[in-house]
Amino acid sequence: MPRLLLFIPLALFISLSFFLWKGLSIDPRELPSALIDKPFPEFQVAALLQSERILSKADFIGKPVLVNVWATWCPSCRQEHEQLLRIAQDNKINIIGLNYKDERAAATNWLQQLGNPYAFNIYDEAGMLGLDLGVYGAPETYLLDAQGVVRHRHVGVVTAQTWVELQDMIQKLGVNQ
Amino acid sequence: MIPELGEFALILALGFSFILAVIPLYGAATLNTLWMDYAKPLARAQFTFLLISFICLGYAFANDDFSVQYVANHSNSQLPIEFKLSAIWGGHEGSLLLWAFILSGWTLAVSLFSRGLPLDMLARVLGVMGIIATGFISFLLWTSSPFLRYLPRFPADGADLNPLLQDFGLIVHPPMLYMGYVGFSVAFAFAIAALLSGRLDAAWARWSRPWTNVAWAFLGAGITLGSWWAYYELGWGGWWFWDPVENASLMPWLVGTALIHSLAVTEKRGVFKSWTLLLAIFAFSLSLLGTFLVRSGVLTSVHAFASDPERGFFILVLLLLTIGGSLTLYAFKAPNVKSESSFGWLSREMLLLINNVFLVVMAITVLLGTLYPLLIDALGSGKISVGPPYFNALFVPIMSLLALSMGISGAARWRQTSVAGLKKQLFVPAIISLVVGIIFPFIYGDGFNFRVFLGITVSTWVIATTAKEFKDKFRNANSITAKLSQLTPSYYGMMLAHVGVAVVAIGITLVSTYSEERDMRMAPGDKIELADYQFEFKGAKKVKGANFTADEGTIEVTLEGEPVVTLYPQKRHYTVKRSMMTEASIDAGLFRDLYLAMGEPLGDDGAWAIRVHYKPYVRWLWLGGLFMALGGILTVFDKRYRKKSTGEVAHA
Repeated sequence: MPRLLLFIPLALFISLSFFLWKGLSIDPRELPSALIDKPFPEFQVAALLQSERILSKADFIGKPVLVNVWATWCPSCRQEHEQLLRIAQDNKINIIGLNYKDERAAATNWLQQLGNPYAFNIYDEAGMLGLDLGVYGAPETYLLDAQGVVRHRHVGVVTAQTWVELQDMIQKLGVNQ
Repeated sequence: MIPELGEFALILALGFSFILAVIPLYGAATLNTLWMDYAKPLARAQFTFLLISFICLGYAFANDDFSVQYVANHSNSQLPIEFKLSAIWGGHEGSLLLWAFILSGWTLAVSLFSRGLPLDMLARVLGVMGIIATGFISFLLWTSSPFLRYLPRFPADGADLNPLLQDFGLIVHPPMLYMGYVGFSVAFAFAIAALLSGRLDAAWARWSRPWTNVAWAFLGAGITLGSWWAYYELGWGGWWFWDPVENASLMPWLVGTALIHSLAVTEKRGVFKSWTLLLAIFAFSLSLLGTFLVRSGVLTSVHAFASDPERGFFILVLLLLTIGGSLTLYAFKAPNVKSESSFGWLSREMLLLINNVFLVVMAITVLLGTLYPLLIDALGSGKISVGPPYFNALFVPIMSLLALSMGISGAARWRQTSVAGLKKQLFVPAIISLVVGIIFPFIYGDGFNFRVFLGITVSTWVIATTAKEFKDKFRNANSITAKLSQLTPSYYGMMLAHVGVAVVAIGITLVSTYSEERDMRMAPGDKIELADYQFEFKGAKKVKGANFTADEGTIEVTLEGEPVVTLYPQKRHYTVKRSMMTEASIDAGLFRDLYLAMGEPLGDDGAWAIRVHYKPYVRWLWLGGLFMALGGILTVFDKRYRKKSTGEVAHA
């Protein structure tokens, strides 16, 4: 075996470490969204629980809302669910679910079993709205102002700490308007 | 005072591991016996001080010393003592201390059970382990010390351990897993020592085999425990999620599986030396990579607790030095001479090499799936996530092929084997497994099902070929009992582990095909039926635990009128963390589990959302995992390791 071949593992490892190094400088939880300070994309998509109801952007304009991207295949979504229920109980802001690339039956079961923190759920079966929104995975949470403009994007689990931060932002939105 | 003592012991341990990393290796390079002799006492000193440090942290937990930040964040005065102690590894800093402690334990073990090892080899092996320990203890001290204080004002009580971790699983799962992860450092150290000394004969393969087998067994047991824990603790009956952290433990296991087979070939036949060395380096590198992925926060995962880019950077430098260094050494010093013995295209060597390739391909598949989101992100092409469909789509075919060639390689001979001979050997097992595979879905299920056919056929194939091979051992034996005792423990270990593979495959196939579940609103007195069982909800009542309150449901299960069991699932509310937990109640059985979990209370009539699962053969997953781990442990009891090592001294 030529000696050069034995260098292949080293070369592969070095290129891998380059990516790991790049990865360190990217915070997977803080994604710049192309849509920050831009309006939420227009859509016409069925609701999750009432499949005959067609939802559109008009359904949440008027008050700031949180849009939470979730799916039953996502373990972290289960983790943040308790916190979402608590936020819903606080009654400061409506949470709108964006059920992302999921099955209707499984998602309905989920809400029945774990409780439903959402004002309503958009059933984005094919993930097209998610694509327009720039979702890369669940869970993600967007803060929209009363005009339906995306003000903040949170990637990953919503924790008690996240909720504290979100409340600050919501308050500021209220002051500015 | 005690935490400072712990910190101080850790600093001393760092000092000893640094000397261990320098002196014996330098002694081995310059053939200075005195310097090489330092390896053993240094290994002991390093272990002693890490032990002291570990005990100090345990003491702080046991005595509720909430002035220690780590204790305050992970414990609570109300926590039962066994969880206080296992909370030592309930967070980042403590798990790293456990990592370093286990590493020093393995180093000590090598220094104790190495009488047959030539002095320079021992000095190099311990020296390499000293280098790793130096890296990790520095990491602990500089970025993640568990002994930092909250002074002068500290909380009156701790924030409590994450309720998910307050379980028997936490007591056993991480130590097992770490024993495996860190255990591969021994195989790694042997490989590096062999490369450094240039003596790449069969001897180093023989020396590192028992260590590798044990580490592999621990890792397998750790993964199995983790899966079992997730199953009963997360409350929704899943047992494997392809989570990055699970993948991080699966990858070294897969490469470790390849390594133990490749080591066997290298020892017995003197071939695949470079490949075996590379696998030894990879197995440990993947363990380190796993640590990096979990601790740096580059990937989001359910397991990621404390993540911090500074820590990630430190581990990355460690990775570069250890893996980069060893691969450079490998590139310059790995043997590229042709092996002394040759083998034909159809031989056991070749088949084992093919199996090896399947295992490594599987590991790479998992690695790619785990890192792909990161790679895409780093290339600036956006963010994506890879889900279970990707892994399942690749895992099932590769594992089926692996099982097929497993059966063939058992029947093949070393050097050269004939197609006719193989046909003769394998004809009966092939027929048996095909027949069982076709019939099974009709008898157990309600018609033909390709997945069940595939899973059952390959599992039966593995069992049947193993049984045939075992039976053939007795063809020329005069007495069966004499032959039974003549076979070595490592042979039985191999048989057991191979059957374990089949058992796991059966479990996966059946539980993923024939599971049934229902989510029901149940008021007291309501009944439902699932898979012939009747479940009657008797109502829920409040109960109180040490640090939680709970609603406990009572559900009576009957089968055709006969009572089977009464189950008590709980919905717990942990008072300190203010979080809810679903505590499933499970009636476990060899052929099926009944799994009940409470959802939310619904309405005023005492009704609850109840989730009922029927999980056939789910225990087989863990049973098979245990078979494999036990098989790995059995191999160590071979007399030849002890005999050969004393023989070695005689002619050294």
